[in-house]
Amino acid sequence: MVAVAKTKSRTKLAEQAHFRTLRLPSPFQPRLEALAAQQDWYDWAGYKAPHALWDDELEYFAIRSQAALFDISPMVKYRIEGPDAEAFLNRVTLRNVTKLKPGRVHYTAWCDDEGYVLDDGTLFRFSADRFRLCCQERHLPWLLDSAIGYEVSVVEETQEVAGLALQGPTSFAVLRDAGFKGVEKLKIFDLAEFPHEKGSVTISRTGFTGDLGYELFVPVKQALSLWDRLIEGGKLHGIRPMGYTALNRARIEAGLIVANADFVTGDSAIRTDRLRMPDEIGLGFMIDPAKGHFNGRRAILDARQNKTLKHVLVGLEIEGNIPAEHAIVYHRGKREVGLVSAAIWSPTAKRNIAIASLQRPYGDTVVDDLWVEIYAMRELQYHKLMKRAKVVPRPFIKLDRRTANPPGER
Amino acid sequence: MKNWDVIVIGGGHNGLVNACYLQRSGLDVLVLEQKDWVGGAATSRSLTPGFVYSNCSYVCSLFRPEIMRDLELPRFGLQVIPYEGGAVFTQDGDYLANYRDHHAHRREFARFSPRDAEAYERYACDVTRQCRFIQPLLMRTAPDPTSFKPRDIGELIYLGRKFSDMSAEEMALTMRFWTMSISDFLDEYFETDVIKANFALSGIIGTALGPMSPGTAYVLLHHYMGEVDGSVGAWGYARGGMGAVTQALAASFQASGGTIRTGAQVEQVLVKNGHAQGVVLAGGEEVLGKLTVSNADVKRTFLKLVEPKELPDIFLRRVKNFKIRGSSGKVNIALGSMPEFPALPDDSPCYRGDLHFTDSVERMERAYDDWKEGRWSADPFIDMVIPTTLDPTMASPGKHFMSCFVQYAPPKVGGREWTDADRDGFAESVISQIADYSPGFRERIVHMEVRTPREIEAETGLTEGNIFQGELTFDQLLFNRPVPGYAQYRSPVGGLYMCGSSTHPGGGVMGAPGRNAAVEILRDLKRGANHVSAAHDVI
Ligand SMILES: Cc1cc2nc3c(=O)[nH]c(=O)nc-3n(C[C@H](O)[C@H](O)[C@H](O)COP(=O)(O)OP(=O)(O)OC[C@H]3O[C@@H](n4cnc5c(N)ncnc54)[C@H](O)[C@@H]3O)c2cc1C
Repeated sequence: MVAVAKTKSRTKLAEQAHFRTLRLPSPFQPRLEALAAQQDWYDWAGYKAPHALWDDELEYFAIRSQAALFDISPMVKYRIEGPDAEAFLNRVTLRNVTKLKPGRVHYTAWCDDEGYVLDDGTLFRFSADRFRLCCQERHLPWLLDSAIGYEVSVVEETQEVAGLALQGPTSFAVLRDAGFKGVEKLKIFDLAEFPHEKGSVTISRTGFTGDLGYELFVPVKQALSLWDRLIEGGKLHGIRPMGYTALNRARIEAGLIVANADFVTGDSAIRTDRLRMPDEIGLGFMIDPAKGHFNGRRAILDARQNKTLKHVLVGLEIEGNIPAEHAIVYHRGKREVGLVSAAIWSPTAKRNIAIASLQRPYGDTVVDDLWVEIYAMRELQYHKLMKRAKVVPRPFIKLDRRTANPPGER
Repeated sequence: MKNWDVIVIGGGHNGLVNACYLQRSGLDVLVLEQKDWVGGAATSRSLTPGFVYSNCSYVCSLFRPEIMRDLELPRFGLQVIPYEGGAVFTQDGDYLANYRDHHAHRREFARFSPRDAEAYERYACDVTRQCRFIQPLLMRTAPDPTSFKPRDIGELIYLGRKFSDMSAEEMALTMRFWTMSISDFLDEYFETDVIKANFALSGIIGTALGPMSPGTAYVLLHHYMGEVDGSVGAWGYARGGMGAVTQALAASFQASGGTIRTGAQVEQVLVKNGHAQGVVLAGGEEVLGKLTVSNADVKRTFLKLVEPKELPDIFLRRVKNFKIRGSSGKVNIALGSMPEFPALPDDSPCYRGDLHFTDSVERMERAYDDWKEGRWSADPFIDMVIPTTLDPTMASPGKHFMSCFVQYAPPKVGGREWTDADRDGFAESVISQIADYSPGFRERIVHMEVRTPREIEAETGLTEGNIFQGELTFDQLLFNRPVPGYAQYRSPVGGLYMCGSSTHPGGGVMGAPGRNAAVEILRDLKRGANHVSAAHDVI
């Protein structure tokens, strides 16, 4: 017991040095540094992460035409295990976890007691009582407090587990040629363990691009060998490591939202009018009133019944080709009704697309006569454009190869 | 004989802020300061060659930027430099640091508790929300709930609306903040002793309460409401020490035609027919003024300078009962070289921040137990900074000024006055605590200024040495500060106003009381106040 305490305090002292490295290197840092011709880094949850390595546009086209490799290690990860893990997760998250079979992944979200979204993320079910929750923000105190009364353990494992996203039409071929036997059996949202080195890698057919793609998780010790194995396997399939700018384009085309970019998470919102219920950010589909009690259930159902939902998140198609990032949305060109949170010209859809939050009834029952005001800076002058916007369904693109079985080779 | 438009008793920062605004509206203003220098509790003095001390207050955050701008203080030499986080030394040879970088801060806390590291986010959010609620109230005169004047009703509605904009949860949190002990409050977020101690200090500074006393959660808020250049909650050093604030104010005041007389102690406010006529100085000189404003605390003003017969007895009784207990002392140290703290790496930014040795709330509370017994704390809580790590003007290169704010020190020792021997004992409790963590510390000391509540009161006129001119507990805030019915800077004596920290919104080098009092005076004189900027928006 004493020996344990000593080692603990010794590592605690050794950890003092962290202040000299403000942005942690990712487990893949040696490979990223070698490729980062742009040296254009940003801060992803305290990690040094690339905006682009070589050329963000070419990196985007790797997602849509070949295979792009993206480091997702900075994503916050919680290991949730125990006989009550399913019941616990069913209580704290929105979707019905009893319907999530071992070997499956689902996209979900979680709320506080007032029904406001704390975060969204993916829940991986490895077995009956072993899960991993991946998300953008940190929730350890909340998860631990919610776990009282359940036989379950919640451990943060962000620093222990490295992750990669491999996305694009040749991503299956890359994995097959890298020697992951049986990976063709993975259907969308399936996961399985595959041998790697002396251990194993978890591969799921998931991603954030709306394309055919996979995500891979390994203990950090095996991170570099996994990277090398994929690059080797991808040699003939045009594999290309990429940064966030390319991924962000792909995710907007896929109509996917990002916490604290498209909505403000409950624990970080200082202004209470920024809080959002799932129905207000397009996550209403996750709610399963039949599954029994879950966090925020009563508030969410009350808001539905009393029609007190104030906002709605929509996809917009905007005339012209100038991206409307952070533009104000108007009704009849006059009344301010919302804000665009993400917007691009979509190279794949050949449309000018946007994700926006509007105040109901605009975007909900009133969808005509919407406009966005774009301020386009060109050579030190704003061009003020008022463009017509149409509410359209998300995703903005639908690629059959994303779900095709068996997965295509190119 | 000259009859000044306004006489301001006291050249503390609030007196000077008040005087500046009044002078700038075209009034002829005289500031009378008892000492040979201005500044009150915001002074920089050189007591040994080559070193300048911030004798009382030592760090700046609360001072309102609207006032700095209105009074052109940068032009008169005011610069405020933000400082780095800081650290609490732990008894096992480690430390807990506060870093300015968000992620470094979290990783540092995670060394002690991964849970607390993440809980910090919610804590910071909740505190920020409360500060945003209170900040706009600083620069507004508190409404008088017993008055039916339209303006008071308007202000009450403003308050009520701010309150009703809150969700039930937020309202509950606000009430808790105003009434809880800082210890109980922190227990709702954190589980680690040293992390709680790290935050609890803001709940007890300048307060004759322990971290377990109800009401201390609000004191913490009071210390988070400031900013350095828009960075809310940040603290900085005034370049040249806190005296730079009052030197800039004095220069601004004189540049606009104002007059300061130092070495002019007011002994009495002249009252005729219930109206102030001016003052009598020590030595008997009479100075006449149409209006008189007192920067001295409410007890000194109404129990020492005004004859009791001029005051309603209920007012007098409430002034007597106003809590203004001394609780702190100060040790200013000139150092021949930079002290070393082996626990802290040489390149740690914490040397440029505030350092503490009290690593548990319980130790803080025990230190307070000594105060209740009428003793200075055997194991004191020290807020220690070395401003010369960022300010090259207070000592020559390689030499340093160290400021130690110390709690607890009672206004009287075991019921009797402080003696010089007591003062030396108090100093020793501080030096020996530092020396425990910093080998060779004593040898570096070139000079020391030791200030118990006795010295603080003697030098600044702060009754009992209470640094805020009255405790910041909720019963003494807003429309209750200093006395119900007299929270709008006016007093029962016609033409006699208050502008010191005893008034809303309270103590600290903030300037808001002086400014708000000026607005009320100008209102009574039916003069415009366009030169007084409204509070910055909180968006
Ligand atoms: C040791 C100590 C440390 C502190 N640390 C900080 C800090 O780091 N940061 C912070 O923001 N705040 C700090 N404070 C609090 C802050 O300094 C005070 O609340 C603030 O300076 C009070 O300003 P004031 O103008 O209201 O009153 P004072 O500064 O008290 O001014 C009153 C003035 O009136 C004069 N006076 C009184 N009676 C008479 C008379 N009869 N005739 C003529 N003149 C008279 C006094 O000499 C004095 O100059 C500290 C205070 C102390 C004592």
